[in-house]
Amino acid sequence: MRTLSCKQLRKCFGGIRAVADIELEFPEPGITAIIGPNGAGKTTLVNILTGFVRADAGHCYLGKRETTQLAPHRIAQLGVTRSFQELRLVQQASVIDNVMLARPRQLGERLWRALFRVGVAVEETSSRREAIGILHALDLDDKTHALASELSYGQQKLLSLALCLATEARIIFLDEPVSGVHPELTARILSLLRGLAENGKLIIFVEHDLAAVREIADRVIVMDEGQVIADGAPADVLHRPEILEAYVG
Amino acid sequence: MDYLIHIAVFCCIYTVLAESLDLLVGHAGILSLVHAAFYATGAYTCAIIAVHLQWPFPVALLLGCASSGVVAFGVAALSIRLRGDLFVIATFACHVVILGVVANWIGLTRGPLGIFDIPHAVVLGCSLDTGWQYALMALTMALLAWAVVQLLVSSPFGRVLHAVREDDVLAMALGKNVFYFKSLAFIVAGVLAAGAGGIYAHYMRFIDPTSFTVMESILIASMVIIGGAGSRWGPVVGAVLLICLPEVLRVLGLPGSVAAHLRQIIYGVLLVVMMRLRPQGLVGHFAFGR
Repeated sequence: MRTLSCKQLRKCFGGIRAVADIELEFPEPGITAIIGPNGAGKTTLVNILTGFVRADAGHCYLGKRETTQLAPHRIAQLGVTRSFQELRLVQQASVIDNVMLARPRQLGERLWRALFRVGVAVEETSSRREAIGILHALDLDDKTHALASELSYGQQKLLSLALCLATEARIIFLDEPVSGVHPELTARILSLLRGLAENGKLIIFVEHDLAAVREIADRVIVMDEGQVIADGAPADVLHRPEILEAYVG
Repeated sequence: MDYLIHIAVFCCIYTVLAESLDLLVGHAGILSLVHAAFYATGAYTCAIIAVHLQWPFPVALLLGCASSGVVAFGVAALSIRLRGDLFVIATFACHVVILGVVANWIGLTRGPLGIFDIPHAVVLGCSLDTGWQYALMALTMALLAWAVVQLLVSSPFGRVLHAVREDDVLAMALGKNVFYFKSLAFIVAGVLAAGAGGIYAHYMRFIDPTSFTVMESILIASMVIIGGAGSRWGPVVGAVLLICLPEVLRVLGLPGSVAAHLRQIIYGVLLVVMMRLRPQGLVGHFAFGR
């Protein structure tokens, strides 16, 4: 079991403290929700932990390995992936190509293998099979050959989750995975996330929907003005008046 | 007939250049203005080896491609982390520097005087001294460049390039080293462009820096964009169209001096019209810059 952690993490944008001396540990597996009002620093914290933003001070670790200065792709290669608040997909590629893109350590991504096709066909067949399996699990198998841009918003949310699964990452950050999604699909996504956690993955998600947080999170971290103001089980945290006040504003 | 063969040779040479640039523009989504410098590197390396060392043409061509690959690696190392307009400006600056070296390293390149009396290429003991022989060689090179690009873009390597083109942040989040893939595409494009340069040097038997100015890079980029960036046949269509267009003006009987200026105006107008009305090019589907 590895633990994702950060110590004395700090990030300022101009004069605004987006993340202020945060210390956290995220042991695997489980589901952790990060909540807080807009501008609380939730997405900045995720961006720092996944390497997309450099912290001004402090350290991030994956197990014993320091990841503070690593590029995002190196952190992803260590088994930490993410989705984004704004949907990010290869819109002009098919659904299955999007999922196959996300597969890790592909031989065919090497120049000489790509040119001379050494072992690529076999790998592609197996990669395609895996991708179809993931799409089937997410009920997207009838959209396999559709362009990503042709999917509905909810289906695109599912596809971005499929990409995270295809990376085989053990730690998955999701930024508002159920925002703007109809209740039926929300229930499906939450049940999928629960299933992933039961299969040993650590899910960390930023979310405004407190009902969703109550339903699946094992742990809730509440942030406000760049600081962690509460951290604990949903039942212990979410009823506190000061949390509700900070959250509702 | 010789005239038509001459046009065919140029169509093939520019197909190689457009196809190789398309790997960057159409598939990786990065507009580079240094391409003519890779073309020049290949041409000068082949010419210098042929004139001073008299080494066989295939060896010279391979060394030309290798030297251009090294130059492309250098350009990529300097510029690939820049984004958007800054990247375009950086590649333009690299072109100016490389052409500056070519124009001023008199001892090696003879500077503005150029290198003349470049011997005809000898392939498998056969001296290529007729136009159709060069047309055949240029066609082979064009087919090779086309095949290399199609093989790459239809592989998992190409899948990553397309992801980089559309959303490099997503590619990074999925564990893809965006700079590595862009650099490799840059090197492959440089190597292929050098192949075109080698054939050009031996075919024309004279090269000087005026054949490789930044206008040449812009012409190649126009071929890609007008033909259709990121498509299977777009760069070929663009190269043939923009090479044949001036010849149509010639057939119309316009004086050479007028035709030369008119050609530039037509290229410019065509580029603006295409970007406005059909940004995916004549036969393409990816709208460059959108």
